Amino acid sequence: MRSPTRMLVVLTALLAGLVWAVGCGEQPAEQPGPQPVTGDPYVIGAMFAITGDASSLGIPEKETAEMLEQMINGDGGINGRPLKIVIEDTTGDNAEALKAARRLVEGNDVLLVVGPSRTGTTMAAVEYMEGAEVPLISCAAGIDIVEPAKKWIFKTPQTDRMAIEKIIEYMAGQNITRVASLSDSTGFGKSGLREIEKLMPAAGIRVVTKEEYGPKDTSMETQLTKIRGTNAQAVVCWGTPPGPAIVAKNLRQLGMDIPLICSHGVANETFLKIAGDAANDVVLPAGRLIVVDQIDADDPQRPVLEEYAQEFSKRYGKSADTFGGHAWDAVKLAALAMGQAGEDREAIRDAIESTTDFIGTGGVFNYSAEDHNGLTKDAFVMVKVVDGKWKLAR
Amino acid sequence: MSVRGKSRQCRLAITAALTALVGWGTQLRTWHWLVVAAAAAAVLPFLLGSGYAVGLAAEIGIYTIVALGLNLLMGYAGQVSLGQAAFVGIGAYTSAILTAKVGLSPWLSMVAGVTLSGLTAAVVGVPLLKLRGHYLAMGTLGFGVIMNILMVQWEDLTRGTVGIWGIPPLSIGGFAFDTDLRFYYVVAGAVILCMAMASNIINSRVGRAMRAVHGSEVAAGTSGVDTGRYKLQVFILSGAMAGLAGSLYAHHFRYIEPASFGFGHSIEFVVMVVIGGMASIWGAIFGAGAVTLIAEQVRRSLQYSPIIFGFVLVAIMIFMPWGLWRGGMDVLRRLGWARSRQRVSAR
Amino acid sequence: MNLPDAAQLLQYLISGLTLGSVYAMIALGFTLIHNATGIVNFAQGEFVAFGALIAISCSTTLGLPMPLAVLIAVAGVALLGAALERAAIRPARRASVITLIIITIGASIFLRGIAMWVWGSDALPMRYFSGDEPIGIGGASILPQHLWIVGIVLVTMAALWVLGEKTQVGKAMRACAVDRDAAQLVGIPASRMVMLSFALSGMLGGLAGAIVCPLAMGQWDMGITLGLKGFAAAILGGMGNPVGAVLGGVLLGILESLGAGFWSGLKNAIAFAVMLIVLLARPSGLLGARGRQ
Repeated sequence: MRSPTRMLVVLTALLAGLVWAVGCGEQPAEQPGPQPVTGDPYVIGAMFAITGDASSLGIPEKETAEMLEQMINGDGGINGRPLKIVIEDTTGDNAEALKAARRLVEGNDVLLVVGPSRTGTTMAAVEYMEGAEVPLISCAAGIDIVEPAKKWIFKTPQTDRMAIEKIIEYMAGQNITRVASLSDSTGFGKSGLREIEKLMPAAGIRVVTKEEYGPKDTSMETQLTKIRGTNAQAVVCWGTPPGPAIVAKNLRQLGMDIPLICSHGVANETFLKIAGDAANDVVLPAGRLIVVDQIDADDPQRPVLEEYAQEFSKRYGKSADTFGGHAWDAVKLAALAMGQAGEDREAIRDAIESTTDFIGTGGVFNYSAEDHNGLTKDAFVMVKVVDGKWKLAR
Repeated sequence: MSVRGKSRQCRLAITAALTALVGWGTQLRTWHWLVVAAAAAAVLPFLLGSGYAVGLAAEIGIYTIVALGLNLLMGYAGQVSLGQAAFVGIGAYTSAILTAKVGLSPWLSMVAGVTLSGLTAAVVGVPLLKLRGHYLAMGTLGFGVIMNILMVQWEDLTRGTVGIWGIPPLSIGGFAFDTDLRFYYVVAGAVILCMAMASNIINSRVGRAMRAVHGSEVAAGTSGVDTGRYKLQVFILSGAMAGLAGSLYAHHFRYIEPASFGFGHSIEFVVMVVIGGMASIWGAIFGAGAVTLIAEQVRRSLQYSPIIFGFVLVAIMIFMPWGLWRGGMDVLRRLGWARSRQRVSAR
Repeated sequence: MNLPDAAQLLQYLISGLTLGSVYAMIALGFTLIHNATGIVNFAQGEFVAFGALIAISCSTTLGLPMPLAVLIAVAGVALLGAALERAAIRPARRASVITLIIITIGASIFLRGIAMWVWGSDALPMRYFSGDEPIGIGGASILPQHLWIVGIVLVTMAALWVLGEKTQVGKAMRACAVDRDAAQLVGIPASRMVMLSFALSGMLGGLAGAIVCPLAMGQWDMGITLGLKGFAAAILGGMGNPVGAVLGGVLLGILESLGAGFWSGLKNAIAFAVMLIVLLARPSGLLGARGRQ
């Protein structure tokens, strides 16, 4: 194999084979079910961070959207017509997110758009969606998306503010008045930190030190050592895995026995898996999805959560997670609105805004002209990790 | 019509226009070329049709300006910068803060952005350009990383990771460049202007000195060329161009956040320069266009797109080690469509 | 602003030293390839990620014993390094240094894509090499894993030294680094040495990934940050000098740790700023040859 050309030909063949193999594997196994619905589809767009550093959010969201498309169509579609979801990748990048939104709206003439995964990428698309007058249902947490409420912009995930309010409520019960904050330097961590700085002192909780770490850092020993030197009674860690798992492990290593309170960003199996034993005793606010087997039998969310958890693990062989749940809520909400309003974007928007008592995985949504998120802090429950499992903390 | 059909039509149009240009243009001098390019740029939107494609062309134009400055630095002065996204960020943030928060005129803000990024380049260039080769790469990379952290942490000024939105469009006396087409012409004008400036510099005394610096700094130095001064001048120019691109970026996307100006984007600009072809002002446009359009194309394969993108990048560099511009010319020459030119090694 | 007490300072230093050892190992990988080819291998970080991910798969999924898992990871990444050289670097060997660097950038994007495809986008856990009981040292506490990391890095450095100073292959590699053409004239197969340097560098990267993942987890994109830090360490120490690479790595780790103790939001900015100052004082790094690029 001397010649570079030949080498390249071989490599190309390999790559082609690989892509082909992948393409074959990708075809979802057609579920036997009712006759597929026919007719002109309702076309909606979805954009998630399928590649790039937010892909651990974007991939379950994409998988959930694809699953729902099939489930809805297997179930008779919307008003007897099929649902079609066109999926685009934002790569987690702001410029790409705006372009993805434009491809969906201008190229595919979608009725509405679901996503994106990150607050930054959502904000990058907000002005365009408002101008194009196409509804957007974001799957990102940031409060700036819905505050102030923008005519065409909605979101399904709970906000950091609700999570912090829930934590404050929990702390009052535990008599915790001094905390150390340890957040990651991404938009998620920063947004959490801002709410901590705003809400905790107002509730009489002193934030004795504010530390940060990079989302890809391999050790937070230094920050925790510094926290050990303060009189904090708890560490509030705001980030998504793997960061908080490393924090939990470092906390053990340093022999610190103050409680670790994490954000709803760790409410997925990955965190339990990678933190291992160190995850035990971690407390966090979370949607009810991860404790579906423990919530009251008459909890209105229970059937929805069970359906999502079962369908997702049946289809993908892994457990459903909160991020995918945000996409579930967004697509379901969209389908509901289209079922009422048909193919008129303005009417769809009005339908979303007037949706009340919509039961999703993230909570029971009550949208209004002022509230484009539709949730309260009661969308969260406090969860504690016991023996490597999520346990509802009552 | 579907986006797919439309964008294929766009690509065909772009390819046809560029091929015609290349074949014809090799017979011409650089400034003739620029006139041709300006004419091509003027009619391009009508070939592209959709607003989306015109917006994409504007985006490519913005990256072309960054790549052009970096091409002067890398191709002619032989210095590398892995911190170019930071200068883009300075331009973008200056424009965004002055227009959205202070309420200053976008044009004044743009001048401020260009000035500030040029000034920053001067201030960091004086010490950093003492470094050479990979050390300079690291030095500029370090500068870029620090600037990006400042964008995240200096929340009072930049609003941190929340980002700045509500950046107004460019406008002149009530006429706003708020559509893709209008904004495209602003960018096209800026690109042509920068290209004219670059070609002027290359063909001037400064340009000859720069090439001497690239060839051998020691030899250039001993023959009386003030290598340090020329290097610094080109560095400042490339920083200012990046700043200009940043201002345009802010007005194009109307929302900015630190993540748009990170280390990865700096690398992307270097890739654009080398893919397009160093030491050629046309290389910049080819590189920016190729990288953006390839990324646009492979994005359809969703999670497999990085695999394909990486593969294509490697393949281009193996088959056209001097970049698309020179590689394309070689192909044309072999076909007898362009006059032959003595081949120079890029080393 | 509270000044850290002695125990805290000790913890910062120990944490920094561990982190720095990993950086040192990655920096050594950069050094080897740089000496053989003059290029900066931007896929070095992906070597680290593949080392971590392969080790995790072998240990967690296949249930192999730890030493075997690490060995397979190291061997696998060494092969990957050699394959990268064969498939992407050699076909372009007549191209300029910057072209080759862009090829390594393309390769790193390609490899990250493969890693995400094979291992998914979530972080993956790895158990400690031995025990998770912290060990107390004068108010600071570390894990056995920290000792493993520092120990393995020390042994690797010693092995590299022996390879470079005492063996034919090592001498041939060093000869190529000094003057490739002259080496070729005396009958050293320079192109094979280039491939060997990629394989060795893959080994180092793979090993770095395998030893750090019990602390840092394994994830498809972990190589971006670690590669960047390794490159910074290699430059700080003086590109091309293996001792410098180690010194640079340890120094960068400690700087980062102390920086985090001072102002954690700015820790990377502090580390890079100090590095820039050092570079301005010594433009060829701490131990780099003067006047050489």
